[in-house]
Amino acid sequence: MSTETDTSASPSSSDKGQALLEFRKVNTHYGAVHILKDVDLEIYPGELVCLLGGNASGKTTTLKALLGMVKPTSGEVVLNGEVVNNQPISYRVSNGVTMVPENRRLFKRLSVLENLMLGAYLRNDKAGIKEDLEYIYDLFPRVKERLTQKSGTLSGGEQQMVAIGRALMSRPKVLLMDEPSMGLAPALVQQNFELIEKINNEGMAIFMVEQNANMALSIADRGWVLQTGMVVLNDSAEALLANPEMRAAYLGEA
Amino acid sequence: MTEIKMAPAAKVLDQDWRNIFRWGAICAITLVFISLVGMPAKLDLRLIINPTLSLGYVSLFWIPVMFGFVASTHIALEGMEVSRPGMRDVLTGLFTGLTGSFGLVLLILGMNNFDITDPLVNWGPPLLDLLTTGRGIGTGILGWMAASAFLGMAGASLHVLTPLLRRIVSSAILGMISIAILEDAIDDLSEGFRLEWLVDLIYAKRGGLTNKSAIIVAIVMAAVSVLAQGKVKKAKANFFALEGPARKKWSVVLFAGTAAVVIILPMFAGGYVNSLLANVGIFLLLALGLNIVVGLAGILDLGYVAFFAVGGYSTAVLTSPQSPWFAPEIGFVPALLVSVVLAGIAGLAIGAPVIRMRGDYLAIVTLGFGEIIRLLFMSDFLKPYFGGAQGIVNVPGVELGFLTISGTDPKGVFYLVLAFSALAIYISWRLQASRLGRSWMAIREDEQVAEAMGINTVNSKLMAFVVGAVLASFAGSIMVARVGSVFPNSFMILVSIIILVVVIVGGMGSIPGVIVGSFVLIGVLGGPRQPGLLQEFGQLKLLIYGALLVFMMLKRPEGLVPSARRSQELHQDEFLQDAWFKGDDEADGSDEQTASAEGEGASV
Repeated sequence: MSTETDTSASPSSSDKGQALLEFRKVNTHYGAVHILKDVDLEIYPGELVCLLGGNASGKTTTLKALLGMVKPTSGEVVLNGEVVNNQPISYRVSNGVTMVPENRRLFKRLSVLENLMLGAYLRNDKAGIKEDLEYIYDLFPRVKERLTQKSGTLSGGEQQMVAIGRALMSRPKVLLMDEPSMGLAPALVQQNFELIEKINNEGMAIFMVEQNANMALSIADRGWVLQTGMVVLNDSAEALLANPEMRAAYLGEA
Repeated sequence: MTEIKMAPAAKVLDQDWRNIFRWGAICAITLVFISLVGMPAKLDLRLIINPTLSLGYVSLFWIPVMFGFVASTHIALEGMEVSRPGMRDVLTGLFTGLTGSFGLVLLILGMNNFDITDPLVNWGPPLLDLLTTGRGIGTGILGWMAASAFLGMAGASLHVLTPLLRRIVSSAILGMISIAILEDAIDDLSEGFRLEWLVDLIYAKRGGLTNKSAIIVAIVMAAVSVLAQGKVKKAKANFFALEGPARKKWSVVLFAGTAAVVIILPMFAGGYVNSLLANVGIFLLLALGLNIVVGLAGILDLGYVAFFAVGGYSTAVLTSPQSPWFAPEIGFVPALLVSVVLAGIAGLAIGAPVIRMRGDYLAIVTLGFGEIIRLLFMSDFLKPYFGGAQGIVNVPGVELGFLTISGTDPKGVFYLVLAFSALAIYISWRLQASRLGRSWMAIREDEQVAEAMGINTVNSKLMAFVVGAVLASFAGSIMVARVGSVFPNSFMILVSIIILVVVIVGGMGSIPGVIVGSFVLIGVLGGPRQPGLLQEFGQLKLLIYGALLVFMMLKRPEGLVPSARRSQELHQDEFLQDAWFKGDDEADGSDEQTASAEGEGASV
């Protein structure tokens, strides 16, 4: 249900300026099942934030609702101060939201270059696309070496690079990452988080859903903890890492 | 290759019996199955070499050859030593063939002693006569044992022959059979080129090559193939190595050459070749359309014939004076435009409800829609509009102002089909490289992620349906104008299936593949109702279609002429093996002398 509220009423609750993307009391349902319950979130430009939670806590649903793959049954999804509940995914993608899906999910039979170009599907500015390709080649020299290779034949780490590259090709302002460390070897997980940090340092806001709470919090600025669809904790990363409740539940310490 | 040479005797008899009996048994079952299905009897009417060999016997002979070849194949694995093909393998083939012959031996004995014609219609004296060549049981049994063993051995020997010899043998045999099969087409063409004398020379009066001409044709084909060896490949490589203007120039030359041949050839051809090519063209249109839906967008539409029917019926209703409903008759061209629009609407109407389904569900629902459309056209309820089971007759030909094209003018029909096929190929080709084409490929690969990239998957998939429907309606309109009538039973589910087989066998998502698939399947075997070059097959062609589909799915899922993309993806794990074979091919040219010295085994 969208309530087209006055978009000028931006949240001035924070000193960080206007939020890039936010949830205001968002509820979602799958059929009759209530998934997200009055969730509030906000992502500011340049932030690295993470969403933690156990299985079936609604993490992926949150991502889908942010991108528009799931419509909230009530509440508002706000992008750059505008309520976008009724806007399609394409609108959100062309206005700076992109997702790196869980398990990378490249278009396996398409070449690396085709994958990257599909990331820029909604863009028409050829010069800008070229520029961004160069940026990605700089970021991942390995990707450039494999441009014509079918992306399904790449190793896990390389696939992750292409998946991130594909997302960056839409020139996003905020990157939604679903379980970036899933299915990667331990050594690669470390490398992967370094990569995320690097992209973040260049000014990209990142919203990350992770099971690996320790690792995620070590690089994040802030974090939320979801439990059965409700936000139970919302704090800075350091505070969350120090929180005894949190340590017990998600960091595997008694 | 290893240099290990064991004592010949021990090595030769050191056979893998299990392997032999397994392939031999499959060979036997295949032989009996093919015999009882009635293929040899039916194809016996078609002579390859008059009077020595009929297609009926060929339909049995290839089986031991193939299984002999398969049983003696060594799979080359990286890092493993492979023994060089030799006498032992030839004997493997011989034993496999011999084992296989027991199938026919049992069949002959069985038919001689029992009568079970009741469930098995082909069981009985005619088949017995055919198998024993009318010379009695004993001769038949011994004959088949010898023949099958020999053929198995011949199949296995292919491994032993040097590449050059193998090329000579296979091109001689295949070339001869192709020339014999192409008899009607060549005969038809010869009249245009005033070459009847050549045809009279080659072919016997009542069909088939004569003994003498068979030998000559075989020699000529072998010689041509040896002379052309590597040249085609080289030319192709040279062409692809070209860049910039030179390549463009050659592309134009090639295109112009092809266009000239395609445009000029029908002028010399008679009705037979033209109507054959028109059939191929109509199915090419359909296959190109389905290729977009299935090959590019990955939507398994089993009711594709519905759009063919919509195109056909709308043209018939609009142009035929006998159509029960629409009174003012209009010409073919405006009718075609209306048909296209109607087909597009039908594409939207059928596409909209099924588009959200996936995989199996989508296939089943489209299958249902295909039948629903046919039943609607057939129903008494809509009889006042579409004529029910009697259909609509008296559809006039295509009036283009300066000429009228109808079924009695195969040349005109061919040009019409050609024009539309060219248009359809152009559309497919442009679409493939377009933004829409890219969105289809993304959807085929991973619909959810495609959606996350901002692609409007619903619209894209609907567009695939609409484009497919429009191409099918071209085919429908042309077919109706050509035949002059339209009946609901021309749009059976079988048509959908056959189009799908053409796309799969040709190569999903590959335009050249679809073209080759249409020529091979529709041209040679024939469409659901349209005869091909091998018209003797009759309903047996469906068996071949099925067998071909299974074989292709197992062994070459990317199709005859794959799109570069598909083939890599499906043969990932065979990649190393391919590298092997590539190495072999390259060695072919240089190692000929040494290779022929090694090939003594062939003579045994």
